[in-house]
Amino acid sequence: MITCPNRFRRVRHYAVVKSYRRPNLKIMQCDMNWFIRILGSSIGKKLIMALTGLGFCIFLFAHLAGNLTICAGEDAFNSYAERLHALGPLVILTEIGLLFFAVAHVFIGAYLFYENFRARPERYLVKKNAGGRTIGSVTMPYTGLFILFFIVLHLIDFHFVEKTDQTIYQIVLATFSNPGYALFYIVSMIIVATHVSHGFWSAFQTLGVYNSKYMLPLRVMGTIFSLAVGLGFGFLPIYISFIS
Amino acid sequence: MTTARDKSCINLKLKVWRQKGPDVKGRFEAYKARDISTDMSFLEMLDVVNEKMILSGKDPIAFDHDCREGICGACGTVVNGRTHGPEKGTTLCQLHMRHFSNGDTVVIEPWRSRAFKVVKDLVVDRSAFDKIIQAGGYISVNTGGAPDGNAIPVPQEAAEKAMDAAACIGCGACVAACPNASAMLFVGAKISQYTLLPQGLPEAKKRALAMIGKMDELGFGNCANEAECEKQCPKEISIENIARMNREFLKAGLF
Ligand code: HEM
Ligand code: FES
Repeated sequence: MITCPNRFRRVRHYAVVKSYRRPNLKIMQCDMNWFIRILGSSIGKKLIMALTGLGFCIFLFAHLAGNLTICAGEDAFNSYAERLHALGPLVILTEIGLLFFAVAHVFIGAYLFYENFRARPERYLVKKNAGGRTIGSVTMPYTGLFILFFIVLHLIDFHFVEKTDQTIYQIVLATFSNPGYALFYIVSMIIVATHVSHGFWSAFQTLGVYNSKYMLPLRVMGTIFSLAVGLGFGFLPIYISFIS
Repeated sequence: MTTARDKSCINLKLKVWRQKGPDVKGRFEAYKARDISTDMSFLEMLDVVNEKMILSGKDPIAFDHDCREGICGACGTVVNGRTHGPEKGTTLCQLHMRHFSNGDTVVIEPWRSRAFKVVKDLVVDRSAFDKIIQAGGYISVNTGGAPDGNAIPVPQEAAEKAMDAAACIGCGACVAACPNASAMLFVGAKISQYTLLPQGLPEAKKRALAMIGKMDELGFGNCANEAECEKQCPKEISIENIARMNREFLKAGLF
């Protein structure tokens, strides 16, 4: 059972009972068990999902803005890529952060999925939706798994690709000139948008921000954000096939 | 008279979960419910079916019920995939048979969750909810002379919200409706009803940690914000209460 981690109360208690003589070293030692216990609870795990998920949303926003520079032409796109990489350690730090976030999001997401599956050993013969669930919310674990698969492919194609004798613009053009790949990419972006269509507002609910005043704005923002992700990223392969 | 009554009577095909005891395997059995008045409640329809079964020497269908006026939280089964049947904001005892049509097939199942074991047929053991309440769903009051009812001012808005949360009758439909069998709407409502009022504040931290700790321990699933609980709750408790619970827990646990 979780006990109250309020250490200050114990200090005060000490002061009364033992007429505060020396600082209690046991309390002053950094005991992080309470922290791990809180994060390991149902709401704690959800908190990590929400924070990492929102982190990815910020990343998606920045990534989309960067990608759209391709509309300004070859030079603009290449110079965007160059300037980004000129940030050096900042980029590496962000990459490590994202990797750390991804590991947490994927493993905790998988564990939640397992726990939720286990919470209902016997299934219903008939189960009907009463209007709460959405396509996004029903498919969360599956769209998530697909995104993981996509990210691995995406990194192989654009991040770990040999860049010495060709610019990133050329790589993008060459990759999307394959209509099959372009289609795969567009479908993937629709799937990302589906994940975010539930994830965005859900994260705010998990963080406890949700109430009747924020309900509509958050739902609308989530829809706008997922549309922006789907249309923005999905539009790029189509645009590229026109200019190449 | 007879014709009028005939018109307001329907025949149904029932498919009911039958299970002799907690550790026996159960299965669906088909029954016919004949001449059911549309003025009856769903539970009265089951009574009619049971009476016939008792007369023919069969074991009647076990189901929970008490007040039959939608306030006690004892009744409840999943009817055609919905907790407490197809009507919004209605307990099973308040669901009238006029919402069904002649010849309908009605599938009746118990709440399904690891934390709610089937006792018999449609009756499940909801003592897990009691354990959560025992862990912290109360306020401590010193005995003595009765305090003045109006000594502590409560803002009208807070009182309304607390009352909305306190409308929860603890029937367990939220757990049954949740795709993850999570109890967070119940716990959210119970935590909210106290934390919104000044009387509940002194123990707010302890309460949030204890009740959520107990909920996790009992094997309920994790909320994924699907909102099915809110949509299928007979008292239409809002998921706003889950957000408030999350706030209370994170505040108590991390700060
Ligand atoms: C572009 C990448 C991604 C973004 C922007 C994203 C965003 C989010 C957000 C905002 C949430 C809501 C958290 C909450 O309800 O509190 C979420 C939930 C979830 N994500 Fe992701 N995610 C991404 C990738 C992934 C991946 C790669 C996986 C797994 C392989 C995954 C699996 C899940 C699952 C299972 C949930 C639901 C957790 C639950 O509520 O039980 N996601 N995601
Ligand atoms: S029997 Fe009391 S609420 Fe239905």
